[in-house]
Amino acid sequence: MIAIVDYGMGNVASVSNAFKRLGHDVTLTDNVEKLKQATHIILPGVGSFQAAMEEIRERGLKEPLQQLAKEKPFLGICLGMQLLFTTGFENGVTEGLDIIPGTVEQIDTPYLLPHIGWNALTIKEGHTAFLPFQDKHVYFVHTFEARTEANYLVATTDYGTEIPGIVQNGYVYGIQFHPEKSGEVGVEILKAFLKTTE
Amino acid sequence: MIVKRIIPCLDVKEGKVVKGTNFVSLRELGDPVEMASLYSKEGADEIIFLDISATNEGRQTMVDIVRETAENVFVPFTVGGGVRTIDDVTRLLKAGADKVGMNSAAVANPNLIAESSNRFGAQCIVVAIDAKKFNDGWHVMTHGGSKDTGIDAIEWAKTAEQKGAGEILLTSVDTDGVKDGFDIELTQAVVDAVRIPVIASGGCGEPEHFSEVFEKTDVSAALAASIFHEGTFSIKQVKQSCAQQGVDIREAGLL
Repeated sequence: MIAIVDYGMGNVASVSNAFKRLGHDVTLTDNVEKLKQATHIILPGVGSFQAAMEEIRERGLKEPLQQLAKEKPFLGICLGMQLLFTTGFENGVTEGLDIIPGTVEQIDTPYLLPHIGWNALTIKEGHTAFLPFQDKHVYFVHTFEARTEANYLVATTDYGTEIPGIVQNGYVYGIQFHPEKSGEVGVEILKAFLKTTE
Repeated sequence: MIVKRIIPCLDVKEGKVVKGTNFVSLRELGDPVEMASLYSKEGADEIIFLDISATNEGRQTMVDIVRETAENVFVPFTVGGGVRTIDDVTRLLKAGADKVGMNSAAVANPNLIAESSNRFGAQCIVVAIDAKKFNDGWHVMTHGGSKDTGIDAIEWAKTAEQKGAGEILLTSVDTDGVKDGFDIELTQAVVDAVRIPVIASGGCGEPEHFSEVFEKTDVSAALAASIFHEGTFSIKQVKQSCAQQGVDIREAGLL
């Protein structure tokens, strides 16, 4: 059973539908006991970093999520990926889940913000599971980006600056774009995540 | 870098796609979910549903279609048509639409844009503008392009952006249905006036019209309906044509 953390930040149905299409049982929950029973934890989210961390804290999920990230495959998507980092700078300064060292700051680009649309992935060396996605286009919608050390980067995209697309620290993966909206490539990327953590 | 988007538009009336039912591969002709699914498999970068239902039942059916589409289609999709209030916006987004389009209601009440954008984020609010050329410039038209509001379309595009629109869906009433190409002049004028993505619509009759609008303007996306529905050309053919002309597009198909 894959658990999708439903903490009031955006529509989680699409993410849930994508995993269902891959043949998995999915539960939407903010209940810690249910999260503990799951095989995988998915942290989605759309909205602001500050509002999301507030929702997580209010539900008493911060420490449980940090603990779960040490114990089982964990995937943050979009805002959920950004929350994996140490500190966010959207709507003031907010402590994140601090599962991957780094900050979340506004994208520094000469191009229009938000960064919306289909952009190509560059896969970093050593991540063979993701090599099939080299130069493949995936769907981004965001204004803030992760800033982290190179060794946590699995894939990046170019938008006048190098933006982290997929990040990883041990069991924990983060995906900045929307795999659930990236066509067949997106669904294959979710499959790759499930495989790497088998 | 971000690629140009190719978007098929489906007109839905009382739960059925109207215009274009030449798909023999569909179980049920005119099923919006199946058509959206087929388009996404063919490589559509996004799908737009335009609800032209005349009844409340029809609009309720649209919500069900949105929910079913979200379960089966894994590219972004927008729903417009008949969006009057923030409750309409909420209903469609909750059902799983990625973006909601508003047209006449936004002209009548521009604060609907602001209210929706503040609540859900600019990225999911699309303002649709139907524009027609007059001696003093382009006017915003409503009621399916038949009623002249007298409002300057370029100024309205700027206002829509200020109010929080994340994208402009620009239809040229002059070229719509003519199939002789997109309205290059209008499209570039609106692209120049705003800092948000613009989708060109109206006038596409062959694949080359897509590459033409991408070469001659800085538009982010282009939309067509009939050339896809009538089975004249596939999304794949349009993408091949764009690629041959050097337009940066997303390759259809998988690995």
